[in-house]
Amino acid sequence: MAGHRIYMITSISRFIEKNRRALIALLVLSVMMIIFLIINPQVFLNPLMYKAIFKTLSMFIILASAMVFVIVSGEIDLSFGSIVGLAGWTLVLTLESGLSPYLGVLFALIVGAFIGFINGIIITRLGISSLVSTIGMSFLIRGLIYIGTKGMGTSVVYLAGTPFYNAFIGSIWGFPVNMLWALGFVVLSVLLFDYHIFGAQISCVGDNLESSLEMGINVATIKTLAFVYVGIASAIVAVQFTLTNQIFYPGSGDGLLLIVLAAVFIGGTPGWGGIGTIMGSVIGACIISVINSGIIAAGVSYLFKEFFYGLIIILALIGHKLNEKRC
Amino acid sequence: MKNKFLELKNISKSFGKVSALERVNFYIKGEPEIVGLIGDNGAGKSTLIKIISGIHTPDCGEIYINGKRMENWSVVKSRASGVETVYQDRALAMQQTLARNIFMGRELTSIFGFVKSKLQFAEADRLMRTIGFTSKVFASDSAVVNLSGGERQGVAIARALYFKANLMILDEPTTALSLTEAQKIFDFIRQARKGGSSCIFITHNIYHAYDVSDRCVVLDRGKIVMETDREHTTVEQLVKDMQKIAQNNGKVREGINNARS
Ligand SMILES: Nc1ncnc2c1ncn2[C@@H]1O[C@H](COP(=O)(O)OP(=O)(O)O)[C@@H](O)[C@H]1O
Ligand SMILES: [Mg+2]
Repeated sequence: MAGHRIYMITSISRFIEKNRRALIALLVLSVMMIIFLIINPQVFLNPLMYKAIFKTLSMFIILASAMVFVIVSGEIDLSFGSIVGLAGWTLVLTLESGLSPYLGVLFALIVGAFIGFINGIIITRLGISSLVSTIGMSFLIRGLIYIGTKGMGTSVVYLAGTPFYNAFIGSIWGFPVNMLWALGFVVLSVLLFDYHIFGAQISCVGDNLESSLEMGINVATIKTLAFVYVGIASAIVAVQFTLTNQIFYPGSGDGLLLIVLAAVFIGGTPGWGGIGTIMGSVIGACIISVINSGIIAAGVSYLFKEFFYGLIIILALIGHKLNEKRC
Repeated sequence: MKNKFLELKNISKSFGKVSALERVNFYIKGEPEIVGLIGDNGAGKSTLIKIISGIHTPDCGEIYINGKRMENWSVVKSRASGVETVYQDRALAMQQTLARNIFMGRELTSIFGFVKSKLQFAEADRLMRTIGFTSKVFASDSAVVNLSGGERQGVAIARALYFKANLMILDEPTTALSLTEAQKIFDFIRQARKGGSSCIFITHNIYHAYDVSDRCVVLDRGKIVMETDREHTTVEQLVKDMQKIAQNNGKVREGINNARS
């Protein structure tokens, strides 16, 4: 019995040790939820509230999970918002030309992956800083969309209720399908990051670049794949985004940039590379979503929203910092 | 007589205006041997071994493995030939686990590329024990940053051990270590030779080099200035010879200074 208990305690402490960053984020989320529940229990016990949150949460989760790979590799991608736009445009262009919407999704994925690939090539082969080059890429793509669409949006209202629509953002037994996609993407990301050679090598690359080269890791390929992964994630999000809004507009995805990055950092992935947590990003995305919908639902003026974003981000980062010092 | 395992002929390397190596000839015998590579800071020792391990490309010169001329020598080819290098800067990814570091770049994977973590942890544990690190403080899933200097060196050596190197290169492995930890490394090098691995052991401590090496090679300002078998010299003689080299160095410097003024 005693032995069993000791085993339990050591395995629990190991679990905490391994996941301490994600757990800090979970703590922040819990405290926030409790505060919201106390302030306005009617709203926060109402399932409708969560329905509203789930509408956008899936997109934050998908992008924040994918970003972990790039950030852990020691790089940053600031172009994913524009990739969301480009992939969304690809989808509506395919629809307009009368092809199957599923084909449109395929094209969107290819475009997303391709831009990620170009990002990776510019950064790894030309040796240009990702901070700078993805800003450039972001403007370039957004500019292309504005030029190509002449600034006009395209409605896709007619898709609502079709099997295609239901496959991406409908609901199954009352559960939102877009969240199932997010769940699938998280499972894939966790498998890749925690159990696959890709995650192992990308962590080493972000941790010690020189030594990764000396140990024969193909750094350029690994980093490029991380950007491709973000590109694919952006394309999936583009599909959800366009269907949720029932319209494609040229600025699609613009608002995602800071929110998703905030989710990653609140979630406990540090900015210096080498370590990160997918689950943390998922929790970070939840925190962001709850603030997003919660502030207004709690009866606080929307004018306070950004202030609370800032407050929670800073508090969470201080929490992670204190947590570091203890180990 | 077996072929030499490794032979470098007329290797030169400069970094901009700095000439790090000039027409260096160097070899490792076919049968296991321990070679001490001695020289002052900046003599070119690290540059020489980085050429052997394929990190630097020499400006000119040839590289032979088992008598065969190697073209486009690289990190990958070097490793494929069984050269394992433990770099001076220890080349560890500090935030990663001990096991992940040992298998870095050569993860043990199953189908679809999933890492066999349990196997890696078990092997890491076994390797660290073999080398003589049996600390209860660390486990193979603790981050390298929590380990002592000797243990970190052990991680790097465990790599060489696991992948059964033909030639193991240790760049100043004992510089940052305590005496007992250094002794462990020496024991390990001797043990590895018995197991069939040769070793290049870099140090600027002549006593360390003499203690463990079969052969000592002295590098001075990019040139090999002395080479001696342990059997044919004493440590006292070696120290004297090194002093002479240092004096020559001084004279040259004086000369340079005189010429300048
Ligand atoms: N990557 C590099 N770039 C420029 N100079 C270098 C580089 N590596 C070594 N050097 C120079 O080459 C010379 C030999 O250095 P090194 O091989 O590291 O010496 P040692 O290992 O014997 O102390 C030194 O003058 C050093 O400054
Ligand atoms: Mg050196």
